[in-house]
Amino acid sequence: MDNIAGSKSSLTWAVHLSVAFLVILWLFPTVGLFVSSFRTGDQIASSGWWKSMFPTEQNLVIRAGAPDTQVQQGALYVIEGDLFDGRSAGEVSVWGISSREIDAYKAGETVTLKDGSTLTVQPDGIFRMENTEEFTGSRGQRIFITATTPPEFTTDNYQNMLLDPSNREGMSKAFFSTLTVTIPSTIIPILIAAFAAYALAWMEFPGRAILIACVVGLLVVPLQLALIPLLKFHNAVGIGKGYMGVWFAHTGFGLPLAIYLLRNYMVGLPRDIIENAKVDGATDFQIFTRIILPLSFPALASFAIFQFLWTWNDLLVAMVFLVDSSGETTVMTKQIVELLGTRGGNWEILATAAFISMAVPIAVFFALQRYLVRGLLAGSVK
Amino acid sequence: MHPALQGLVTIIIGVGGCVGYFVLSNYLLDRFLLPARAMTADETASRRRIGLIAFFAVPALLVAGLVVMYGDLLSAGGIFRLIVGALVILGLWRLTGFIFAEGPLTAGHNISHANMIRPWLFLFPAILALGLYLTYPVFETLRLSFTQRIPGGYEFVGTANYQQMMSEPKFWEAMRNNMMWLVIVPAMSTVMGLIVAQLTDRISWGNIAKMLIFMPMAISFVGASVIFKLIYDTRPIDQEQIGVLNAIYLSLGGSEPQQWLTLPIWNNFLLMVVLIWIQTGFAMVILSAALRGIPEETVEAAIVDGANPFQIFFKIKVPQIMPTIVVVWTTITLTVLKVFDIVFAMTNGQWGTQVLANYMYNKLFTANDWGVGSAAAMVIMILVSPILIWNVRNARKEMK
Repeated sequence: MDNIAGSKSSLTWAVHLSVAFLVILWLFPTVGLFVSSFRTGDQIASSGWWKSMFPTEQNLVIRAGAPDTQVQQGALYVIEGDLFDGRSAGEVSVWGISSREIDAYKAGETVTLKDGSTLTVQPDGIFRMENTEEFTGSRGQRIFITATTPPEFTTDNYQNMLLDPSNREGMSKAFFSTLTVTIPSTIIPILIAAFAAYALAWMEFPGRAILIACVVGLLVVPLQLALIPLLKFHNAVGIGKGYMGVWFAHTGFGLPLAIYLLRNYMVGLPRDIIENAKVDGATDFQIFTRIILPLSFPALASFAIFQFLWTWNDLLVAMVFLVDSSGETTVMTKQIVELLGTRGGNWEILATAAFISMAVPIAVFFALQRYLVRGLLAGSVK
Repeated sequence: MHPALQGLVTIIIGVGGCVGYFVLSNYLLDRFLLPARAMTADETASRRRIGLIAFFAVPALLVAGLVVMYGDLLSAGGIFRLIVGALVILGLWRLTGFIFAEGPLTAGHNISHANMIRPWLFLFPAILALGLYLTYPVFETLRLSFTQRIPGGYEFVGTANYQQMMSEPKFWEAMRNNMMWLVIVPAMSTVMGLIVAQLTDRISWGNIAKMLIFMPMAISFVGASVIFKLIYDTRPIDQEQIGVLNAIYLSLGGSEPQQWLTLPIWNNFLLMVVLIWIQTGFAMVILSAALRGIPEETVEAAIVDGANPFQIFFKIKVPQIMPTIVVVWTTITLTVLKVFDIVFAMTNGQWGTQVLANYMYNKLFTANDWGVGSAAAMVIMILVSPILIWNVRNARKEMK
C-alpha cells in the first residue's frame, strides 16, 4: 500500500495510536489475570493488580529485635537489625512508635524513648537502639513505618496449585486428565477424516456430491442435540461415562470440519501427480499414503491445532461424557468452574488455575499460529 | 490403570485399529477379492465358495446376536431389528453377485469393480461416526422432545414438552437474551475485526498487533470467564476496588461500587463482551486476508479520482469483501447460538442472563427433564437450520 500515492496521509499517527490502544485494550484483561497469579492473596485483595507494577506505599508494623538479641558495645547495650528482614526491601519515609502517631518522625531521626534508650531508623530500614542499661522484657519495641516497597511477586501460587500433592484443589491431576482427553481426540479424527477426504476429493463414485453436502450440513449441527441420545447410547453399549466416551464424542463432533478442511485442501493438489502415479501402476492406497498424506501436511496441521484447542478448552462435552460423581477424571475447565463456585473470592487460586489451563493453548497458538490462520481461511472463506 | 497409560493404549489401539482397518481392507480387496489380473473360471468358482461362506457367516451371527441380546423379536423394536437384519442380508446377497462373479474374468473387470468398492472402504469409518454421533442424535432428540420419561421407558406426550417450555418465563428470557446476543455479538465482532484488519494492514508492526488481538482465540471460554470476572469484581465501598470496571467507575465519579453481574440487562452486555473479545481476532484474521485480496487497481483508481481514505474504505473496499463479511457473520452467529460455557461459568443464568444452551443444560442435567431439554435443543436446531440450508446450497453451487 505504501507505494500508492496519497496513502501516507496525516492519518498515519492516528492509525498507530489507535492500533496501540486496541492492542492494549485486548491484552489488558489477560495481563491482569497473569499478574494476579503471581501475587499473594493478601496483595490481590488489598490493591488492584495494575498498581502492583509500581512501588506502593505501605504502612507496616514491625517489632524490633527482642532484648535477648542485644550486644554490649563498650558501655552501651545495642540492638541492631533490618526492619525489612524477611521481606522485600523498601524505603522508609516516616515512622513512629505509637499507633496514634505513625508518622511522628522522619527516616534518619534519632528519638529518645521513655526508658531512656535512643532509637534510630534509617531510610533503608536499618534500625539501632542504644541504652546505657541492659534492655529488659521479652518482646522488641514496636515500630510503625510508612515505606515505599517495590513490586513483589511470588511463584508460591503455582507451587501450591501444581506441585503440592496434598492440595485437593490442585490442578496437576486435572491437567493430566485434560491431556488424556485431548491427545486421542485429536489424532483419531484426523486419521479417519484423511481417508474420507481423499475418497471425496479424488475418487469417482455415485453419491459423492450428496455426501459432501451432508458433511457441509453437519458442520453446523449444534452438538447440544447429541448430548442425551449419545449418553443413552454410551450407557446402552456399556461405555458409560469415561474417557472412552469422550474420545468417541470428540471424534464424531470433530469429523465434519476435519473432512471439510482436508477435502478442500486435497482437491487443490495438482491432478498431474495423481494421474502419473496411477499410470505407473500405483493403487489408490499407495497414492494416498505416499503422495497425498505428505502433501497435505499443512491442512492436517491446521486441523490438528483446531481440534487440540477445541478439545483442550471444551467444557460441555467433558461434563456430559466424562466427569462422573467421583470427580477422579475432572478436566481443568470443569475444575475451574467448580473453583469459581467454591473459591469465588480467592483470586490467587482462580487466577493460577486459569493460567495453568491457558498456558498450553497459548504456547501452541504462538508456536503454530501460521497453520491456525491457514486453517481458518480454508475453513470459512469461499 | 493410570489414565495417562490408558490414554496411550487407546491411542495405540485407536490409531492401530484405524490403520489396520484401512490397510487390511485394501489388502483383502486387492489380493484376494478382486486382484488386478485375469482369473480363470476355476479360480472364480473357489473364490465364490469362500466368499459365500464368509458373507453368510456374518448375517447368521448378526441374527443370532439379535436373538440372544433382545430375545423378544415380536415387539415393535424386535420387528424393526428384524427388518434391518433382512435388509443387511439382502444387501450382502446383491453384493456377492457383484464381487464374486462367476466364469473367467478379465483384469479390467476386476479393477473396475475394485474401484467401485474402494471409496466405500475409505469412507466407512467416517460415515459410521458421522451417522452415529451427529445424524442419529438429531432424529433421536426430535423423538425425545415428544416423549416423557416414565419409570422403565418413555411415553409419547405429543407437544406437551413444547407447551410446558413455552409457558416458562425462563425460556422466554433465554430467547430474548439469545436474540440480543445474536444481534450484538456478530455485529460488534465483525465491525471490530474489520476496523483492526484495516488499521493493522497499514502499519509496520501490524502483524504483531494482529497476533496479540488474535490470541484470545486460544483461551477457553472458561478461562476468559475467570479473566472477566476479575474485571467485574466488586469490593465493599470502604475497601479498595480490585476490579478494573469498578475502579474506573468510581474514579469517574460513581457513587458506590456496582455488582455488575447482577445488574439486569447490563449483565447481558458484560457477558457478551467476553465473546466479542474472543471472536474479534477470528473476524480480523479472515477479513484481513480478504482486504489483501482486493485488486489494487480499484483502490488506485479511487485515489486518482480524489477519494479520501474513509470513502476508499466504505465505498471501495467494504463492498468488495461483502461475501467474506457475510461468512464471518454467519460463523460467529453459529458460535453465539451455542454459547454455553461463558454463561454457565459466570452467572449460570441467574439475574436475567439465561441463554438457550444453558437453559437446555439445566433442564437436561439439573432438572433431569429430558423431554423439555430435548425440546429446547430442537429450538437451537431450528435457529441453526437456515444457516445449514444456506451453507449446503452454497456448497452445491460450488460443486457444479
